Amino acid sequence: MCNQAVGLIAAEIERRGIPTVCIALLREVVEKVRPPRALAVPFAHGFPLGAPGDAELQRRVVREALGMVEGASAGERPVIGEFDGN
Amino acid sequence: MSELPLATRLFVKAYRWRRVDPVPWASLRRPLREAKIALVSTAGLVLPGQEPFDDDLKGGDWSFREVPSDADVHTMRDTHRSGSFDHSGVQADPNLAFPLDRLRELVAEGTIGSVNQRHFSMMGSITLPQRLCEESAPAVASMLEADGVDAVLLIPI
Repeated sequence: MCNQAVGLIAAEIERRGIPTVCIALLREVVEKVRPPRALAVPFAHGFPLGAPGDAELQRRVVREALGMVEGASAGERPVIGEFDGN
Repeated sequence: MSELPLATRLFVKAYRWRRVDPVPWASLRRPLREAKIALVSTAGLVLPGQEPFDDDLKGGDWSFREVPSDADVHTMRDTHRSGSFDHSGVQADPNLAFPLDRLRELVAEGTIGSVNQRHFSMMGSITLPQRLCEESAPAVASMLEADGVDAVLLIPI
């Protein structure tokens, strides 16, 4: 349900002209709801940025997600990226 | 998907997900290293003194809490009652779903320009998203627009 909520909020923000990116715990839900950009992460529910206390891993996920708003604007939408942990 | 309980997998298949159509698209107005970033998290976290989210509301609690950029993330409390995820991580380190400390570090290292003056904490277990779509999402979007935010990171739990 969380994946739907962030997707719907993201769409509303994006309609105002502000680019957004969602972390996606369930890629299947993101494909159905279709927020503009999402980074699918291989983590369990409850752990959207990886692990508690692991600042480096959390920073890597946040950096990669925010990098998506700087990416190319042409092509297929929504844009769904994959965080592979490396 | 395969690691989810059967009931959850069936729900994902059967639920009529709201479909965003057309997909809106905005472009970043300035390079990321100069951009002002805000967070929206649906982990149900609240600051000391803020009302907890209400799990008894039918269809889900669509309200939001404002989180100022100088807030101490480690004082945030998990008021999400959902039994569908392990709460231990976010209780040990709220940055896991509300990475305000991480944003400050990205400013320090020069990846992003600045952190917005406020961020938004919401609840995710919303099965009936009408009031989210008609009330709280537009309200949050208007405030982010008024703040001149350049990009927003949204995090579920």
